[in-house]
Amino acid sequence: MTEAAAGAAPRADRATEPLLEVRDLVKHFPITKGVILNRSVGAVQAVDGISFEVRPGETLGIVGESGCGKSTTARLVMRLMAPTSGSIRFDGREIAGARGADLKELRRQMQMIFQDPYSSLNPRKTIGTIIGEPYAIHGLHPEPGRRKRAVQEIMDIVGLNPEHFNRYPHEFSGGQRQRIGVARALALRPKLIIADEPVSALDVSIQAQILNLLRDLQTEFGITLVFIAHDLSVVRHMCDRIAVMYLGKIVELASSEELYAHPRHPYTGALLSAVPVADPRLAAQKKRQILAGDVPSPTNPPPACRFHTRCPKAVAGHCDTDEPLLDPKDGGNLAACHYPLTDAEVAERVPTARVAG
Amino acid sequence: MLVYIVRRLLWSALLLFVISFLVFFIFYLLPSADPALLRAGRNPDPDLVAEINRQLGLDKPFYVQFWRYIEALVTDFDFGTSYQNNVPVRDEIFDRIPATMSLAFGAAVVWLLIGIPIGILSAVKRGTFVERMFMGAALVAISAPVYWLGLVSIYLFSNDIGVAARIFQPPGSYVPLWEDPSMWLRSLILPWFVLATAFAAIYARFMRSNLVDVLDEDYIRTARAKGLSERRVVFRHGVRSAVTPIVTIFGLDLGILFGGAILTETVFNIPGIGRTAFEAIQKSDLPIVQGTVLIGAMAIIAFNLIVDILYAFIDPRVRY
Amino acid sequence: MPLLEIKDLRVHFATEDGLVKAVDGVSYEVERGQTLGIVGESGSGKSVSSLTVMGLTRAPNAHISGQILFDGQDLLMASDDELRRIRGNDIAMIFQDPLSSLHPFYKVGKQIAEAVRTHNHDVSKAQAWDRAVEMLGLVGIPEPRKRADAYPHEFSGGMRQRAMIAMALSNNPKLLIADEPTTALDVTVQAQILELIDRLQSEFDAAVVIITHDLGVVAETADDIAVMYAGRIVEKARADTIFHGPEHPYTWGLLGSIPRLDTARDEELVPIPGRPPSLINLPTGCSFHPRCPYVRDAHRRVEPELAPAGDDPSHRVACLLDHRTRQSVWADLRSGRTPEEARRLEVDRRDAGLDPAVARAEDGA
Repeated sequence: MTEAAAGAAPRADRATEPLLEVRDLVKHFPITKGVILNRSVGAVQAVDGISFEVRPGETLGIVGESGCGKSTTARLVMRLMAPTSGSIRFDGREIAGARGADLKELRRQMQMIFQDPYSSLNPRKTIGTIIGEPYAIHGLHPEPGRRKRAVQEIMDIVGLNPEHFNRYPHEFSGGQRQRIGVARALALRPKLIIADEPVSALDVSIQAQILNLLRDLQTEFGITLVFIAHDLSVVRHMCDRIAVMYLGKIVELASSEELYAHPRHPYTGALLSAVPVADPRLAAQKKRQILAGDVPSPTNPPPACRFHTRCPKAVAGHCDTDEPLLDPKDGGNLAACHYPLTDAEVAERVPTARVAG
Repeated sequence: MLVYIVRRLLWSALLLFVISFLVFFIFYLLPSADPALLRAGRNPDPDLVAEINRQLGLDKPFYVQFWRYIEALVTDFDFGTSYQNNVPVRDEIFDRIPATMSLAFGAAVVWLLIGIPIGILSAVKRGTFVERMFMGAALVAISAPVYWLGLVSIYLFSNDIGVAARIFQPPGSYVPLWEDPSMWLRSLILPWFVLATAFAAIYARFMRSNLVDVLDEDYIRTARAKGLSERRVVFRHGVRSAVTPIVTIFGLDLGILFGGAILTETVFNIPGIGRTAFEAIQKSDLPIVQGTVLIGAMAIIAFNLIVDILYAFIDPRVRY
Repeated sequence: MPLLEIKDLRVHFATEDGLVKAVDGVSYEVERGQTLGIVGESGSGKSVSSLTVMGLTRAPNAHISGQILFDGQDLLMASDDELRRIRGNDIAMIFQDPLSSLHPFYKVGKQIAEAVRTHNHDVSKAQAWDRAVEMLGLVGIPEPRKRADAYPHEFSGGMRQRAMIAMALSNNPKLLIADEPTTALDVTVQAQILELIDRLQSEFDAAVVIITHDLGVVAETADDIAVMYAGRIVEKARADTIFHGPEHPYTWGLLGSIPRLDTARDEELVPIPGRPPSLINLPTGCSFHPRCPYVRDAHRRVEPELAPAGDDPSHRVACLLDHRTRQSVWADLRSGRTPEEARRLEVDRRDAGLDPAVARAEDGA
């Protein structure tokens, strides 16, 4: 007996209100100095004014490399920390300032799956306890037998043997542990699940199992999914729409088809160009766009367009003085760029673009 | 870094203030011998007692007494006067510092020289009989209370009553270094080894477990992959990392010993701060007790700060 | 003569839980100037086999047998001292996590200089330092002299890996083994590092072994690829063949389970069912049989040898299915069939008795 949310929602239902709406979200981590009284001398601008929305039932992917702010964004949406400024609306309610009992109530509606299945499960608790903890915290299924049955039901749904209720995390493999994490997130039948790099730490053949599981659960329970990853092939497979982040900003936001068929932001192009293609013939054809240098420090990001220091198309006097806004480009992609990639440039650097979309 | 040191010193001052308050307060509350009576001698005349109380300022409220104490401490470095024999506490304690220092530093050298190499050897020979033997011996050494060990060693080796071999100076033969270096040394050898025993064992075990963990690190694998000799890998790469937490506890241990290794000093009759504190407690001589506590606290705080600063030089990732 | 020739290497570790057969009969060659990619998941034995080449798995509880011929010399027979002379000198290795693989307390320049002085005793400290700076410049680190004075934690991830490469190449090795060199790095940095390794390979004329679980990485860098599973090589061929004409069900499974940029988006990922086996209790017969959709009875009993597939001598497969059967199944898979469908088609073909010789060979072999 499974509980499905009001009908299994289609993957991208454009007619309804967004489930999650983020506007101008900012999170700065202050850097302090001082002897007795600490004063702020600067800040790590982890997330610096991003806006996006997620419609019910869809999967939004957030991609970027280290330091781009995607994990911070996840934690802000989950309200694991409070934003410096900006608005987060979940299910119509403003949650950026939520606290206490409101926050707890909120947690029933949104859950998170973490990256490292080895360290995100408490080794001293049985998996039955771990998966059942959400019920305990929110006072659900208080009768002893009922809770165990509810937990076992979920274990079955995610592909774990319900008889392993009393085993400890270390007795399971990485893939199974990630299933436990998924089960725990699913326990309260949340509306939104944020998956922070859920398969990065797993072997290739197990990754596919977990990805398929997430897709199946999404269809069956109508869950909206925000999928954070650095692996562009995985994100393409799982997500309806994708946001590309760089140094705390969203530089491109497009549907999966649009993004992979014709990326418009040069950074997206570089990312796609850099992804190793599992085909030696295509690899040989690729003119790799190798980005020079390293990502600048988020404490001191470049002025205006943050990517201009490494961008092959940057124009001095424009890109370093005028910050580009995220607006529609050729093909439908939203990109924050003054000189987006042309189709010819895309074809040259991203040979897979011809096949994609 | 400078900012860090200044901040630490300011916190230390606050800490010392709190500590002296607590000691003062505890003694004020606990029933103990009336100091005025102590001073007044036998069959004291009540008027005399009242007069002494007034002279010592003991009739004033608690906070006044405390304030006076702090004032004297900060302006004059005056720790007050002993209830027992009217001598300034400062002199009593400072006279004893060299003895305690001799004992502490000497023992420290001994335990480092014994404990660290044993720890390294045990780590390198992990799983073999050698390791098990050393770690077993260490366990025994840690379990032996220092006063028991002291008494047993005197019984066995003291040159007046020793039953096994009469090779070491008996208790009470301590003389300051500048008076008679040879006797100073001979009188301290046994106390050094007795005090060092438990520490050597602890450091050996600590060093061993640190080194075992470090030798599993990736950079050790890299060092081997570079073709370095095993000795270089173990010492330059392994021990170098493994020894850093030991620096921290070493500072703490030295600081604590500076407050006086009470048991060792008493068993071997060494005139150090520890023994002084012990006697003062027995006689409820508050100023002396307070003085020793404060000196001990100062020592711990000072050594802690030194060690933390040293850490920044040892581990380049640490930045203040 | 190949630069590196490994013959029937076995590395077994005696542990409390039993005998772990980390590497169980592995053979491959690496030619001068070539890149060999070793692909496998965790537990496949890919790292252990390379660490054994360097002699880094020698331990009281390790039973190592076989031959590792480097430039003609059998490294397994070499003394510890001889191996030390080779490590970091003729054969160099770089590892996955450059932050934990560099000593945090020593400057980067010092660690590189150490590598130089270990193998060149007559080099002075100053000369070794200069060499370190030179190498840092060679791997594309800006302001190398200043950087040599810095500590590993002051470098970014990509620069750290470059520094490791600099250290590995500082003594002009003939063979560079890269164990998951880009797994811990961002994708754009990964591209930089792979391009660097490629460039340096030709400059130094070194042979490279890249160990990874990422099929994309080997597609782009390797000349030859060996696929490892449960301590054995199950398929070895030229890169193009592995991707366009593979003949082992595990390889098929890997190719089918990875999301790719060059296929239709909504194509289902087909995971390989089950889990990699325990190296203590390996399955009988073919170690992949519990997870193989095309398993036959004989496969549970007979262990396959790594044998040539068809006419191509450079293509070797350890699979009991007949070459023609494998080719047909691959054709089915490539045209979009699921493994289950391909299996049924294959069974149909067999039952229809299309080639009795094949059927007999497979059932009895």
